[in-house]
Amino acid sequence: MSAREIILKRLRERSDGPLQAPQSDFTVVTGRGWSPQERLERFERLITSVHGEVIHTTHAEWTKRLIELLAAKSIRRLALGHEHPVPVAARTALRNQGVELVDVDRDIEDWKREQFETVDAGLTSTGGAIAETGSLWLWPSPDEPRLISLVPPVHIAVLDADAIEDTFFDVIETHGWAGGMPTNALLISGPSKTADIEQTLAYGVHGPRELVVLIRHQREAT
Amino acid sequence: MSVQHFIPQTYTPQAFHRQAHEALDDPQIRANFRRAMDGLITKRRDVFSDWDLEALRELGANIRLRALAKLPDLLEQLEANCQANGIRVHWAENGEAACRIIRELCEARGAKSVIKGKSMVSEEMHLNAHLEEAGIEALESDLGEYLVQLNEQTPSHIIMPAIHLNTDEISEILHDKTGTERTRDVDYMTAAARAQLRERFMAADVGISGVNFAVAETGTLCLVENEGNGRMTTTVPPVHIAVTGIEKVVEHLRDVPPLYALLTRSATGQHVTTYFNMISSPRKPGEHDGPEEVHLVLVDNGRSGIYQDNELLDTLRCIRCGACMNHCPVYTRVGGHTYGTTYPGPIGKILMPHMLGLEATKDLPTASSLCGACGEVCPVKIPIPDLLVRLRKESVGEGRGNVPGAGVKRSRKELLAWKGWQWLATHPAAWRGSTVIAGKLRALTPAKLGPWTEYRTAPKPAKVSLHALVKAHREELAGEGRS
Ligand code: SF4
Repeated sequence: MSAREIILKRLRERSDGPLQAPQSDFTVVTGRGWSPQERLERFERLITSVHGEVIHTTHAEWTKRLIELLAAKSIRRLALGHEHPVPVAARTALRNQGVELVDVDRDIEDWKREQFETVDAGLTSTGGAIAETGSLWLWPSPDEPRLISLVPPVHIAVLDADAIEDTFFDVIETHGWAGGMPTNALLISGPSKTADIEQTLAYGVHGPRELVVLIRHQREAT
Repeated sequence: MSVQHFIPQTYTPQAFHRQAHEALDDPQIRANFRRAMDGLITKRRDVFSDWDLEALRELGANIRLRALAKLPDLLEQLEANCQANGIRVHWAENGEAACRIIRELCEARGAKSVIKGKSMVSEEMHLNAHLEEAGIEALESDLGEYLVQLNEQTPSHIIMPAIHLNTDEISEILHDKTGTERTRDVDYMTAAARAQLRERFMAADVGISGVNFAVAETGTLCLVENEGNGRMTTTVPPVHIAVTGIEKVVEHLRDVPPLYALLTRSATGQHVTTYFNMISSPRKPGEHDGPEEVHLVLVDNGRSGIYQDNELLDTLRCIRCGACMNHCPVYTRVGGHTYGTTYPGPIGKILMPHMLGLEATKDLPTASSLCGACGEVCPVKIPIPDLLVRLRKESVGEGRGNVPGAGVKRSRKELLAWKGWQWLATHPAAWRGSTVIAGKLRALTPAKLGPWTEYRTAPKPAKVSLHALVKAHREELAGEGRS
């Protein structure tokens, strides 16, 4: 018998007999009923509490804020995709701005060291966010691969204000994640951190030192 | 700073008592743990303050119970869905078999260098040593694990492996082993480790990680972390091998959010970790990063034995949050290494006897005052104190005899003493007679009674027993009432 068969047999022929599976009541992780304003405030409060930065902008203005942000952080080489509307708009706006746009539609094996050592920031879109925990959710794609939100020292994420939902449970249910998961799905809640040296927080231990979220609103906030 | 922590030492569960004495005599160890655990206790309390914690714990326990109730079916479903996604699944009856599977996977790729994310199961089976013997270098990339590995130690906590070391000690280790400057600057040390490990991520042939939850419904492996080393490990090298205990499976994707909410809050008092990494397949055509091969190694190593028994089964609900050790008065005083086992603290005491047998671990279930703190904080409501009592019974041969090494502590003398006591306590006349005799002979009680009198004075029977006193008092009252 293979190890598989032995293990399964032992589990199936349990000496105390078969077990009853209880029903689960998920009320405690859903039904928050927050207003858009409450969601936004909560998301911002939580992600900034773990060192994330938030910049509020509009759909019309966001690339201007991006240009200012890159200048303020002296970002000279920015990694970004080609196809998603977010990198497409960024590419257009950043033409002749003195920022080198790094293509990411290359297999990592061909530019590992380049990505690890010479890229200042990665720009990505997001699928949405979770108010309860201050988390972004991302489904990396061929256009926006997994490592550009991890390897460069700064990660800039673009989020639409109306894509913030209440809880992680709600996101999984409303978007039907169980119906088909991507190669990699991610929640990101702040920059990389550690407390392994005597409980003292330090940022950027392996991933980005900084996470900046550009939140796009429909209109200018009054 | 004392230098003795830098001497690599081998700890064993058999030497628990000696190790506990040594740890108690070391003010540095006690201070390091006390400070850390106090902080964690406060943070956990604060982060749950706006939750219906009982409802959440109830749901967490219920999800784990449901997964265990359907365990064999869910494992098959997990396997089928992983395979459909392109993840190759392997089964290992014990740690040795799992090590062999992983080594062979490495050898098939001609791998010389392996980078590891945090995995307690890999610690449980001593994977690093096994790979080293085969000439494959395995480097830990979680900062705490990296420090512990540099210092030739094992983790002293399942979530915070280097919690026993303070800043000065870590500075010294990094200076010694990697040539960094001596400093108290945590950012400098973190940056140094980042630079050292980035080289290794780029060069690694294989990445090995653990799994926090394996979702049967979708064939998804979930990893919880703050540092990003787990994402690096599972994305940069061409091969990713995930290794996990068979009990880590959950039925549905929607079972994950409640467990994740409980895990981060219970472990470190965080409302969420920086990353929640869900892996469902190797790199697909057209994708530009991620491993070409993903393997899942399902390890039994004693778990299917625990599974047989309705009471012991609760042990398998554990989501490895570490809250039970953070709140344990024994763990806080003696530290993690003292236990001499991969999993220290309360969870170690109820889990390790099944893996190593009660012969080796007989002192662990008794290293508890049964204060109940662990059971009260456990996010999946494992009745740890009850399980400790059960293992105590097993070790003296008074249980069901289905734990390896059951009956190892059975002693005829002790048994006779208890039997005698039992008889006496259930025969009132004999009992009263014996207390009168004990009162008369009280001068003869020995002053030394083995370990009992090491820190206490020997008990001495009272001249007149409580029974007799109460009786006299009652008679007195009755007399007054009459007059
Ligand atoms: S026994 Fe409970 S408290 Fe201890 S590590 Fe496991 S889940 Fe956490």
